[in-house]
Order: sequence, then C-alpha cells, then structure tokens
Amino acid sequence: MIDDRAYWNPYVAGVMLGLVLFAAFVLTGGGLGGSGGLARVTSELTAAVAPAYVRTHPTLAAQVGGANAAWGHPMVFMTLGVLAGGFLSGLLAGRLKVETRRGPQLSAARRVGFAVVGGIIAGFAARLARGCTSGQALTGGATLSLGSWIFMGFVFFAAYVLAYPLRRLWN
Amino acid sequence: MAPFGYAGDAGVATLIGLAFGIVLERSGFGDSRILTAQFYLHNMRVLKVMFTAIVTASLLLALGHGLGLVDLAGIWVPPTHLWPGLLGGFLLGVGFLVGGYCPGTSLVASATLKLDGLAFVGGLVLGIVAFNAATPALLDFWEHSGHLGRVTLMDATGLSTGAIVLGVVVLALSAFWVAGRVERAARRRRRGPVPSGGRLT
Repeated sequence: MIDDRAYWNPYVAGVMLGLVLFAAFVLTGGGLGGSGGLARVTSELTAAVAPAYVRTHPTLAAQVGGANAAWGHPMVFMTLGVLAGGFLSGLLAGRLKVETRRGPQLSAARRVGFAVVGGIIAGFAARLARGCTSGQALTGGATLSLGSWIFMGFVFFAAYVLAYPLRRLWN
Repeated sequence: MAPFGYAGDAGVATLIGLAFGIVLERSGFGDSRILTAQFYLHNMRVLKVMFTAIVTASLLLALGHGLGLVDLAGIWVPPTHLWPGLLGGFLLGVGFLVGGYCPGTSLVASATLKLDGLAFVGGLVLGIVAFNAATPALLDFWEHSGHLGRVTLMDATGLSTGAIVLGVVVLALSAFWVAGRVERAARRRRRGPVPSGGRLT
C-alpha cells in the first residue's frame, strides 16, 4: 500500500537533501553520486575477469588497480553509505520487507524483467552522460552547470514522452 | 585530492552517503510507484524534493561565497558535454520510466529489500558493462562532441550569479505552485483502485 503520509513532507525532505548536498560540496569539493561507485566496482570486477581487455581499454585502464583501485575510491564509499543509510532508514520505519513494487496490472515477474531492462538503459545512459540524477541533476543543478540543467530537462522530457505509451506499467 | 587524507576521505564519503541514503528513503524514493507517479501527475514528490534540494544548496553556496566562507572556484562543476549529456539524459529518462528508478534510488530500494530495486541495480551493472564495451566506438563522440568544459548558466547568459540564483528560486516556486494544482486535479480524476487498495493522499 502506498501511503504518502508515511514519508517526510517533500519540501522538508528537499531542504534536508539540499543540506546533504551542500555538506558534500564543503567537505569534499564535489557533490553526490549514485552511479559512479557502481561503475568503479564494475571496472574492478571486469579487470578481475578479463585483465587483458581492461589493460588495452581506452578508459578502464586508468581506473583500476594501484592508487586508483575502486576499493579506495570515495564514490565507492559513498555508495556503501547510501546502501547503509537506506537500510537504516527502512529498518527504523518498518519498511524493510522483501517485496516487489509494481503497477497494479503487472505481475511481479514482469515487473522484475522491466526493472532489469530499465536498469540496463539507465546504466548505459549514466556513463554516457557522465553522471545520473545525483551526479548530474543534483550536483550540477546546484552548481548551475549548463550541461547538467540540459541533462535534467531531457530526463524529464523523455519520461513524460513515454508516460502515456507505457501507462500500463504503472497504472 | 585528499583534503582529509586517504582514510578521512573514505570516512567523509561514507557519512555523506549515509545521510544521502536516509534522506532518499525518507523522501519515499525507495518506492518505484512514488517515483513514477511524477510522470502520471498524481504525486510530484520527485520535482518538489529535487528542486527544493537544488535551491537550498545553491542558495547556501551563494551565501557562503558572499560571506567569504566558501570558495566557489574550489567547487567542482560538472563539465558540459552537450550531446552526450543530452542523449544520456534522454536515455536515463527512458530507463527511469521503464525500470521505475534512477541509479541512486535503486540502491535505496535494494537496501530495503525491494526485488525490483535489486533487479534494476543488476541491470545498471549490465548497462555499465555495455557502455564500456561500446566506449572504443563512442570515444570520439563521448569526449569531443559539444565539449564546452566548465560552463555555468552565468557564463551562458552573461547574467550575475545572484540573478541566476534568483531566477532558479522563482522558477522553483512557480513549479511548486503548478505542481500542487496539477497534482490535485490528477488525484480527482483517478477514481480506480490504486495498487494494493492504497490511495495516494
């Protein structure tokens, strides 16, 4: 059951998120990230499976091993923090429960299938754009980056364009 | 750059991530139905939370700069790569509506044991692997197409930081006013049962 009142008032939540974002700028000089840590871990896993492929790769080669190893990268720690924070908050709110969140017309199995497909598209997109809703939209939005505002506009544009054709997924 | 030393940076990043995860979960962003409701107009939390956060952080940055407490030159501004950013943004919107999450929110959904969130994270890894595989072919486009570097809205318009921040605040307040009206109208129109018999209020 969706109960909107179970969550923080959105404007209060927004101020809190803004404070976290500001703290990130002041303490690290950079902003927030949602996909960068995952990309770093993926690079390391790829290097473990296919070291020769990574050594000759134009962007991965510089990302793995030694001082650049994902296991020491701040983005990876931020990702671990996000997981821990989500877990803690869910636990305290009684929302820690194995379930599949889906539209009323979609079976759980189909919902999981669409989630994988959407994840693949989003993973590719976040690398292409050099960031996602966190690293581009929030971070670049607050620092008034031209490219990040254009990025954000196109995220919303695409989702609104697809909302009607894909209405059975969510309604 | 390691302002707090190696272990210190890791600790700071973990703590920021922790706070980020808590706020995302409390915003309702661990639920794909709430996130996608933005695009069916009956719950506009995504717009309200994101825009409020951007306004709050940019006001604090401007204020901190005005008081001489924050050096804006030391703050990282995502560089503008026009076409990869535009195309990536469009595709991220597609992935968002198809998959129900964006990367950060899917982490929070996974942490609260939502199977759709875990599936989305699995997809993200596959998508990252796919991009890496395509990098040699895309490299020229990815690095050079519309590469303008560190460009702010102030640079692009010639307006002052104060004027742009004021503009963002006015835009946000207008968006909140419109969102409130659209949300109420959309909820009045939705008469059918909402998932699991719950009703968005």
